[in-house]
Amino acid sequence: MTVHRYIPNSDPQMKRELLDEIGVEDPQELFAAIPERIRFRGQLDVPLGMSELGVRRLVEGLLSKNVDPDGMLSFLGAGCWPHYVPAVCDEISSRSEFLTAYTGDAYSDLGRYQALFEFQSMIGELVAMDAVTVPTYDWATASGDAVRMAAIATGRREILVARSTSSDKLSVMRTYCGRLAEITPVDYDRQSGQLSLEDLRRKMSPNTAAVYIENPTYFGFIETQGERIGEIVHGNGSLLIVGVEPLSLGLLTPPGEYGADIVCGEGQPLGLHMSFGGTSLGFIACQDKESLLSATGHRLVTITTTERRGEWGFTYVLPERSMYAAREKAPSITGTGVALCAITAAVYMSLLGPNGIREIAETIMQRSHYAMKRLSEIRGIKAPLFNSTHFEEFTVNFGRKTIRNINQVLLRHGIQGGLDLSREFPELGNTALYCVTEIHTQKDIDRLAAVLKEAVR
Amino acid sequence: MTENGIPGYRAVAWNEPLIFQLGRKGRRGSTILAAEDQIKVESGDVRSRIPEAMRRKESANLPELSEPEVVRHFIRLSQQNFGVDSGVMIGHGTCTMKYNPKINETLARSPRLTRIHPLQDTSTVQGILEIMYRLAKLLCTLSGMDEFSLQPRGGAHAVLTNARIIRAYHKLNGELEQRNEIVTTVLSHPCNGGSPAVAGFKVITLYPDPETGTPNVETLKAAVSKHTAGMTITDPYDTGIFDPCIDEYIKIIHEAGGLVAVDQANANSLLGRLRIGDVGADLCHFNLHKSFSAPHGSHGPGSAPVGVKKHLVGFLPVPTLEFDGSKYYLDYDRPHSIGKVSGFHGVIPAVLKAYAWIMAMGEEGLRETSEVAVINNNYLIEKLRKVRGVTLPWNKNHPRRLQEARFSLQQMMEETGVGIDDVNRRMVDFGIQKCFTSHEPWIVPEPFTPEPPESTPKEDLDRFSDVLRQISREAYTNPEIVKKAPHNCTISRMDLSSPRDPKKWALTWRAYLSKNK
Repeated sequence: MTVHRYIPNSDPQMKRELLDEIGVEDPQELFAAIPERIRFRGQLDVPLGMSELGVRRLVEGLLSKNVDPDGMLSFLGAGCWPHYVPAVCDEISSRSEFLTAYTGDAYSDLGRYQALFEFQSMIGELVAMDAVTVPTYDWATASGDAVRMAAIATGRREILVARSTSSDKLSVMRTYCGRLAEITPVDYDRQSGQLSLEDLRRKMSPNTAAVYIENPTYFGFIETQGERIGEIVHGNGSLLIVGVEPLSLGLLTPPGEYGADIVCGEGQPLGLHMSFGGTSLGFIACQDKESLLSATGHRLVTITTTERRGEWGFTYVLPERSMYAAREKAPSITGTGVALCAITAAVYMSLLGPNGIREIAETIMQRSHYAMKRLSEIRGIKAPLFNSTHFEEFTVNFGRKTIRNINQVLLRHGIQGGLDLSREFPELGNTALYCVTEIHTQKDIDRLAAVLKEAVR
Repeated sequence: MTENGIPGYRAVAWNEPLIFQLGRKGRRGSTILAAEDQIKVESGDVRSRIPEAMRRKESANLPELSEPEVVRHFIRLSQQNFGVDSGVMIGHGTCTMKYNPKINETLARSPRLTRIHPLQDTSTVQGILEIMYRLAKLLCTLSGMDEFSLQPRGGAHAVLTNARIIRAYHKLNGELEQRNEIVTTVLSHPCNGGSPAVAGFKVITLYPDPETGTPNVETLKAAVSKHTAGMTITDPYDTGIFDPCIDEYIKIIHEAGGLVAVDQANANSLLGRLRIGDVGADLCHFNLHKSFSAPHGSHGPGSAPVGVKKHLVGFLPVPTLEFDGSKYYLDYDRPHSIGKVSGFHGVIPAVLKAYAWIMAMGEEGLRETSEVAVINNNYLIEKLRKVRGVTLPWNKNHPRRLQEARFSLQQMMEETGVGIDDVNRRMVDFGIQKCFTSHEPWIVPEPFTPEPPESTPKEDLDRFSDVLRQISREAYTNPEIVKKAPHNCTISRMDLSSPRDPKKWALTWRAYLSKNK
């Protein structure tokens, strides 16, 4: 038996000392509660343990089978976007006091509480809402929670969702709704992509709990009818839920100002790496009403005072709602969330400030508009497909050429093309969703245009 | 400064203002790379293209700080936070607060992971897919299950996934309308009751026998009927008691036509010793942020892969990860799949860290992990049971426990008026993390639940029990010290009334300002 580097009490003498104190001869006696008949006696298919150097070589060797991101130009977005992550974000998210903590009170973990409150506060400023929850896993799950919240708060059983929403998000909404509510799509206008108000009015009923729209939409353009949709929705006694990409709010009217009752979105653009989709953050904001807040199981950090003047304290609002306390009566799942991502996003928003977020939104928009212009000059390509104003993503239609084919050609030139939408939206034909952010240079975009020009010939 | 041999402690207290109270107008913490001149010219005035109604009129009221001020603020906040690396962290039972190896952090920060997109062509991400595939196979060998999905992002999310699979299974068999009940036990993690309810099931909760601390076969038999869709259960429990009837429960549920999902969040004591798949479970989940050393990140991101037996593989979330002998690929064509449970493929950095940890441990190291975790826990039990006012419920039947133990301070409460909330605030005064009490309902009165995983040195076990003994002494001689705690912490006792009052609570700074004009 070797002494393991992560197990301080693994040296035999140390173990003996502990066992003597416990009063048992053989450590196996401590497992007596597991009936003999169900114990595992075989060999695990796990190799011998490794040194740190061995582990490093192994994992780096495997990772080297991924294509080097420096050698690849990518135009994928669709819910996970390539942005620059400032070094300060990595510095703070690596702090082991945050990284390795869990769930103490503010007496031991004031830093986490304060950073989460600051996160909630900054999201509140971006979306113009007074209440923001501790975030959940990602935008898809946040949208699932948002529609549950609406169904519980209104007691109604149908959610109308813009059909321009990604099918993955619809799938997660259905996973989250269980028997609580039905998800029904509302069509979009084929020319502009904007929500069809006609279809919306047709589908509204006394059973409509909420209408879910996105801004910018999954197709990348700005939904301009927010206020009008809000009026229709509220006229029916239903709630308006708006899903947002946060950087766009540097330039766009916050949903709190056009009637949103609940806002959700993806926080990954706020200083979080893509990590194969692994470090996302789904935020949820709503109006500061007890009826809405008691319809979510997510933790809610509130600021409070202490016995000493001038000190801030932080604790949770209505903890009895959470699944930890309410079990099967809880309105939604509560569990280990994404606090470290929220802390990192708070750092990012602090670095940006009011001017930075406007400027980054503007530079993203300039670059994506430049890209649309370059691509639309190519014969055989239509970019974008919809005549609305786009933010950072846009649809590109390739006529008779399949996206699969186009993307294969691009890949041979070290370019990852946009997401093939033909699975989710067959009515759009051979259309891909492209994403251009602040990291794409003019050279990158010109290179894409040049290769595409060859590819569509 | 020492007290009865316990090293003195004083927390860092910066009295750090909120970030909104820092900085000044006009400062900035980042410079945005401007677009090239030609881009600016050709894209024109993009702001004016945004329709008037959708153009933001006022800037977002974000704080205005320079980069050094932002760094200082968050470093100070981090200094007022307590993690595994900070000190004695064994109070958080059921959380398995083990050491998070630094090498795994270094590896997870490789650009070949951080900069890859989840929808990239799979030919360009073969490395990470192979790591995911290998981890899933390792979890299969540890659990006796046939396939794993890495998509669920936390324990409650995993149980929701399992409940959706149970629904899909009965739906395909045309029995969903009839089978609308899930049986669970009250000492199982709350999500074992909560997540099935979110999935649309009616939940029946079994209570433990006062003598044994577990329900028994008869209680379950009485709860099972033609409406039973399945059972969701945690084993071992947070009490550290292993439910010895688990195989019989599984048999009963199977005979009734249901499926059993076992929550393996407490698997640290079972590694290499029990495979729940062999015992007959149809579904299970592990928490990579517990037994498999991925860090807890101040409450996430975690990761909770779901494992199933062959007959349920078709229901797993899409896409599944497959290997055709030469390459790894994602399969979306799964007609019976429950669909997506989250946006992409799961918390992949945690997957990489868990893989690296298992490879570092090896088979022998995994068995050593469970052995030392259980030795540590029983050593701590021996120490704590000698502390005045502390009792170990179900001690007669279960003097030994597996990974953790749930104690009670009821006696101390009755004799001194000092309960677990007071003791928890006082513990922090000694520089050790507070204890997890218990999920609701409190079956054990005035509960506390420490868990000393294998990475805890004996010195920490001794320090933890020395501190509890000291606090007990205080409770019996000078209870005010404990009741008025904390004394050495970053902040003093908080006003906990405002969280109950909608007029006072404030979830954002803007709400605080408008409620305190």
